[in-house]
Amino acid sequence: MNFLVIGLSYRTAPVELRERLGFPSEDLAGVLRSITALPKVSEAMILSTCNRVELYAASQDPAASGERLQRFMAQYHGLDEEQLRPHLYIHSGRDAVRHLFRVASSLDSMILGEPQILGQLKQAYGLAEAGCTAGPVFNRLLPRAFVAAKRVRSETAIAQHAVSVSYAAVELARKIFGELAGKSCMIVGAGKMCELAARHLAGQQLGEVLVTNRTLARAQDLAEKFGGRAVPFAEFPLYLDQADIVLTSTAAGLLLTRSRLEQIIRRRKNRPMFLIDIAVPRNVDPQANQIDNLYLYDIDDLNGVIETNLRERRKAAKKAEEIIEQEILRFYGWLRSLEAAPMIVALRQQVEEIRRRETEKTLGALQHLDAADRRAVEALTRAIVNKVLHSPLSVLRRAGDDITGEIYLEAVRRLFDLDPAPKTAAAQQTESEDTPKQDIVL
Amino acid sequence: MTIDSLLFRTTLVVYALATGLSLADILWRRQILGRFGRMLLWGGFGFHSLNLTIRYLMSGFPPLTSFHESLSFFVWAIIGTFLLFHLRYGLPVLAAFVSPLAVVLMLVGSAVSMTVVAPSPALQSWWLPVHAVLAFAGDAVFALAAVAGSIYLLQERMLKKKRVSSLFYRLPSLQTLDNLNYRCLTIGFPLMTLGIITGAVWADRAWGAYWSWDPKEIWALITWFLYAALLHGRLAIGWRGRKAAILAIIGFALLLFTFLGVNLLLSGLHGYAALGAA
Repeated sequence: MNFLVIGLSYRTAPVELRERLGFPSEDLAGVLRSITALPKVSEAMILSTCNRVELYAASQDPAASGERLQRFMAQYHGLDEEQLRPHLYIHSGRDAVRHLFRVASSLDSMILGEPQILGQLKQAYGLAEAGCTAGPVFNRLLPRAFVAAKRVRSETAIAQHAVSVSYAAVELARKIFGELAGKSCMIVGAGKMCELAARHLAGQQLGEVLVTNRTLARAQDLAEKFGGRAVPFAEFPLYLDQADIVLTSTAAGLLLTRSRLEQIIRRRKNRPMFLIDIAVPRNVDPQANQIDNLYLYDIDDLNGVIETNLRERRKAAKKAEEIIEQEILRFYGWLRSLEAAPMIVALRQQVEEIRRRETEKTLGALQHLDAADRRAVEALTRAIVNKVLHSPLSVLRRAGDDITGEIYLEAVRRLFDLDPAPKTAAAQQTESEDTPKQDIVL
Repeated sequence: MTIDSLLFRTTLVVYALATGLSLADILWRRQILGRFGRMLLWGGFGFHSLNLTIRYLMSGFPPLTSFHESLSFFVWAIIGTFLLFHLRYGLPVLAAFVSPLAVVLMLVGSAVSMTVVAPSPALQSWWLPVHAVLAFAGDAVFALAAVAGSIYLLQERMLKKKRVSSLFYRLPSLQTLDNLNYRCLTIGFPLMTLGIITGAVWADRAWGAYWSWDPKEIWALITWFLYAALLHGRLAIGWRGRKAAILAIIGFALLLFTFLGVNLLLSGLHGYAALGAA
């Protein structure tokens, strides 16, 4: 049984194509069933987000199944296969496992380290489980992918610091004020950008939120959304000495000069003030940053912070890739140890069977031996078998820990013509009876 | 090597290890090392306490007689104050700034004579420990204020220059540091004031005059005025942030000069018995 993934992402396909290929969530169960109905495909899962559409499958014949899945994708969305082909990637075996682990750990995400993808993957797996299209392959692989993702998150700085303007602003505010609870905030302008940033700030249990805008009605709308208060645009500077955080984003050009802000800081008795000016052209005189206890960040500054944080994340990603490789090795080791146990049992049974048959045959021809002699012959054959098997069995027992273990498992399988059913997850026990060939190559 | 100097050196080594671990914590984001570092700091503090106790038992006088003992006690007070503040307010990052300071002062302390000396008869009074303990407790709290001030300036600079780094994210917020500055001031100032008053009373008993304008007294007064000004500025004028941080650092520099500089460079009534090399 092999594991494969076929799909496209923001790396390989433009958004126009990605949005046409998204699978509607209400139909996913049906789609999963029709995928597992394809010949030789036994398990299926769909990961469909705005940045990627991927089909994961378990199949006995990955090459043929890849082709079929590709056709399926094209047909389902009413697209020409040739149109789709250049944007698709297909991985199988170890590459597919690596791909899954990287996706789960957000190493393949557009925004490196973003946290949503793991939840989306868990949801996709949940759907496959609910629709009974997840089998022994997925049930072994997906939990390990989640473990890998968790390790990456906790052992590297990949998800550490803000990489969006509004989060960066909140993070900087925390560096200045510590706790943001109870801090007051003034929002100057009621545009889209303001609303987005204000939403993140409002999530911090701020104290009073004041909103101002040229048209008071829009300010009132926005104020209502965040439980704030609207103030007339002409009067807003009068309220500034009450504001710890000021967010400006109007098209009005320069609103606050340095000398004005110096006055305000004095009136605030030097209590620190954080100004976030995301307007272009800027609403606050950049010179104001030189005032003591006042911190002014414009959109370029915030982007600079984000760039630095992203660089840190990219650095962390290198370490994360190492963790992924470790987890892949560990996964295969675990898989082999699962396979080694039934192999050991099968090998013992087979040799014991031969020994018993041959001893019986010989003892049948040697009727003149008394009971003690017969026992001696039995003991002799047993001793020979045990001595011969001792070394191969201990190699097999260690196969799980060893990278080359796979080779020995395969060698024993061929040399002794063995074909044991591997130990599967408990839930799959019944299923494995009607599908005898269950060895998972991955 | 006697038991007390062995303990002193052990303490120094433990503090140095704690410094290394705490620095590794904030520079390379190894929080587990920082935790070990703080555990070592507790351990070092234990050795240090033992060292001071043994010296007390050896001489029969509180270990504040020689220059070495005073330095050692000062460091002990700084580490103790930090550990107390850390227990109360949880400021793990400060360890990386406090422990190097401790190591430097301990190195000075190990360069001077460590012999146990009895204080001159004039100094044999219970005013000695009262005066010295109050003064050093105040000094230790001010040391912490200066450490908080240095971190404040570092952090403020990075915020103004808009340069963020992993160090930036590890430091406490400006508000936290400024609060610490204020708290240290309100604790340290009364201690220092009491230290000076008890010193004056003791001087009267020992030398017959409350105030004799010896260099130590003059510099202590200058330092006291600076902290008084800072406290006044904070309470009445709304000084805070950078200004308060800078003054806390200058104050500590003056304080160190009063303690070390006056003894090493100037002479006066506060001279210690044994200043020679170890």
